[in-house]
Amino acid sequence: MSDRDSKSDIRSGRLTAEAYARNFADAHPPLAPNQALIESDRCYFCHDAPCIQACPTQIDIPSFIRKIATGNVKGAAHDILKQNIMGAVCARVCPTEVLCEGACVRNDQEHKPVAIGALQRHATDWLFDRRIQLFERGPETGRRIAVVGGGPAGLSCAHRLSMLGHSVTVFEARDKLGGLNEYGVAAYKVTGLIAQREVEYLLEIGGIENRLRQRLGRDIVLSRLRQDYDAVFLGIGLGGVNALGVDEPPAGVFDAIAYIEKLRQSRDLSQMPVGHGVVVIGGGMTAIDIASQVKRLGAEDVTIVYRRGPQSMGASHKEQAWAQTSGVRIKHWARPLRLLARDGVLTAVEFEQTRLDSQGRLAGGGDKFIVAADMVFKAIGQMLIKDALDGNADVLEMKSGRIAVDAERRTSIPGVWAGGDCVAGGQDLTVVAVEDGKRAALSIDRHLRAVSKTEARHG
Amino acid sequence: MADLRCNFVGIHSPNPFWLASAPPTDKAYNVNRAFEAGWGGVVWKTLGEDPPIVNVSGPRYGALLGTARNLVGFNNIELITDRMLDDNLREIRQVKRDWPDRALAVSLMVPCEEQAWKRILPMVEDTGADGIELNFGCPHGMSERGMGSAVGQVPEYVEMVTRWCKEHTHLPVIVKLTPNVTNILQPARAALRGGADAVSLVNTISSIMGVDLDLMSPSPSVDGKGAHGGYCGPAIKPIALRMVGEIARDRESAGMSISGIGGISTWRDAAEFMALGAHNVQVCTAAMVYGFKVVEDMIDGLNNWMDEKGHRTLSAFVGKAVPNFVDWEHLNLNYTVKAHIDQDLCIKCGRCYIACEDTSHQSIRNEKDGQRHFEVIDEECVGCNLCVNVCPVENCITLKELAIGSIDPRTGRAVQGYGSWSTHPNNPTPQAEKGKPVAGLLK
Repeated sequence: MSDRDSKSDIRSGRLTAEAYARNFADAHPPLAPNQALIESDRCYFCHDAPCIQACPTQIDIPSFIRKIATGNVKGAAHDILKQNIMGAVCARVCPTEVLCEGACVRNDQEHKPVAIGALQRHATDWLFDRRIQLFERGPETGRRIAVVGGGPAGLSCAHRLSMLGHSVTVFEARDKLGGLNEYGVAAYKVTGLIAQREVEYLLEIGGIENRLRQRLGRDIVLSRLRQDYDAVFLGIGLGGVNALGVDEPPAGVFDAIAYIEKLRQSRDLSQMPVGHGVVVIGGGMTAIDIASQVKRLGAEDVTIVYRRGPQSMGASHKEQAWAQTSGVRIKHWARPLRLLARDGVLTAVEFEQTRLDSQGRLAGGGDKFIVAADMVFKAIGQMLIKDALDGNADVLEMKSGRIAVDAERRTSIPGVWAGGDCVAGGQDLTVVAVEDGKRAALSIDRHLRAVSKTEARHG
Repeated sequence: MADLRCNFVGIHSPNPFWLASAPPTDKAYNVNRAFEAGWGGVVWKTLGEDPPIVNVSGPRYGALLGTARNLVGFNNIELITDRMLDDNLREIRQVKRDWPDRALAVSLMVPCEEQAWKRILPMVEDTGADGIELNFGCPHGMSERGMGSAVGQVPEYVEMVTRWCKEHTHLPVIVKLTPNVTNILQPARAALRGGADAVSLVNTISSIMGVDLDLMSPSPSVDGKGAHGGYCGPAIKPIALRMVGEIARDRESAGMSISGIGGISTWRDAAEFMALGAHNVQVCTAAMVYGFKVVEDMIDGLNNWMDEKGHRTLSAFVGKAVPNFVDWEHLNLNYTVKAHIDQDLCIKCGRCYIACEDTSHQSIRNEKDGQRHFEVIDEECVGCNLCVNVCPVENCITLKELAIGSIDPRTGRAVQGYGSWSTHPNNPTPQAEKGKPVAGLLK
């Protein structure tokens, strides 16, 4: 049952079947109908509500909550999905504590915001359970758009384009659509195949053709897409993983993103091998997700080590608390010096403590300490693999290592839009990617209609 | 400790909290439990002639609920007791014997014939009960048979039946009034003329609780049909208070004993009714929603409030608010207030702003230095109180009075002393004020 390594203690099947099921059940179970009613009654229906301003997709939150309260759940779901077609997954994965719920005026009154995320889930689950389709394709425009990347940005863009009557081809490098919703988010946040249900719901609108296993730079090139389509949207995410900056022995060092992807696609969690002692290096959502999940897979000691303090972590306070509740230890103000190995197999990681120097810069040189580990995960951020964008005549303007876009998500190349994690200035959030895709689609539509008018005048 | 003992038309009870004639007082079992819980008295559920009436076996109650299922209003289509008269009389006799210190009045409803009343009154008197209450209020089921509110709506009948009762029993007679009239003073004065010792009010209000949109039937629906019922509960308290106040301040009926009824759920509600002229109160819905235990806080809360205010007995505050219940024309039109938002308490929900902006006087600004900020514009504020009412934070918005002589920024004029519509120059028929404002719905 296990593929135990002879020297390290990385193995699968550490837990009973019941324990796996319990550890990966819905992290935040849905509200019962009566709970949803009670919670909806807490919303003050604020004027010019701060929660709306805090939502990257500008969902009219007081309106949808009021609709739940009046029993118009279908209307509530429409309010959500017309702004954010991936509202069902966003309800589960959004860091609401720093977005809508962080802005709720109830925080000022009683330190307890309205559970907006849970209510959004209530409304969208209601809709999906009844298989009610709220959207229909607009009148055919005859325009064709290539969307590269079938993640939240690309799918949001494709759906909005179809609503506007355009025909879309989605090119996706992997076997399934969904992007990080399908391959990246922690399993206990998106239980019950919700990511795929959402993709199916979105595709039901029609006018969206899927081309799977089509990787940019390998199977398709940007210059050709520009020739073949009226517009191109790039939602290619971040494919590369930053390096640790220490010597990396072959056995025991893993990429958190790749591991989570494997875990998400696993049909049997008892087949996922984990170590006895696990060290996670990083401070973002990926660090929290990998640490919590590895702990829940049965690792004995899991430690996140982050080079700065808790306020600087990309993961919110609530996410950090979640990891700690899961049994993960978070060690702040330390960075890895070297990986200790015996016979080529990892045994521990040596760290040095960090601090801010008098100029406020991060400085090492503090006390050293060792954390025993047979498994180390890198969760120190991802980068855009630019190779995919090279190799053709078109050169995209970049900014901070990502694609530069304007407010409408136009790139430096005419006819090419981009959004999601691959563009500069984003927050690496699903909800932001959805907004990027939506805005790009509206911009593409305006552009194409303007072109049509010009052509009509001159033709 | 204040003295909560209550003497209502000669009927003594340890506190002023009685259970109204209703399902909770239908039989000895319930009444015993109520007395164990501490209720000061009960009005036994209305007795009628044999054979007893028959109740529906479908739903008898309907509720108006808030979103979180908090009960705001309640109605019923239950009739008077559906038990044999002898059973009720036997239990009443036993209960009164077991609880001599508690008040036990008996509600009655028989046809509008003197003989019917003459028959039943001695039987009730024989049980040892403390008094009778004439059910002239029930608006459903019985009224269609010429009883209940059908009597209560005709002052001449009220007077006539009251007189019969006074003739045929020595017990104190309380006349229970229906609110389903245009002027509550008419039946109240009629009761007084008939010799009633007291009135109790209000009985329930004719109502349809809602419509079942699937069945297309009024609710509660009995096999697809709905009848109007009697509405009660917290939602009717303002209506009941006003009617109690009208009787208390009326020159003709002033001084008459009043038992206040209508949505009383807390000690504070009770204190309000009593301040507006009720000498005791009757409760039903609150007990039906929460059980008899609610009386504990009614007693305890009233006691603590009386201690805090220095009221040693109930009579110290009964009717104290009556002189201040005046007609609109006697309100001081020169009294000027401005809303004020406490910025430390404000949670910036913006409800005051949108309410004022959309539906009132555009007197609240929603921004300051580019920031979300809510502040009253004194130059526009008419002091209407809407913002206070919609604000979700208690005491965040308050009305501040402008002192006499200070300048009202809205009008640019100095605030004057008392001046009402009666003497206002715009009043086409001005009347000289004669001393203090006086009451009176019927002049």
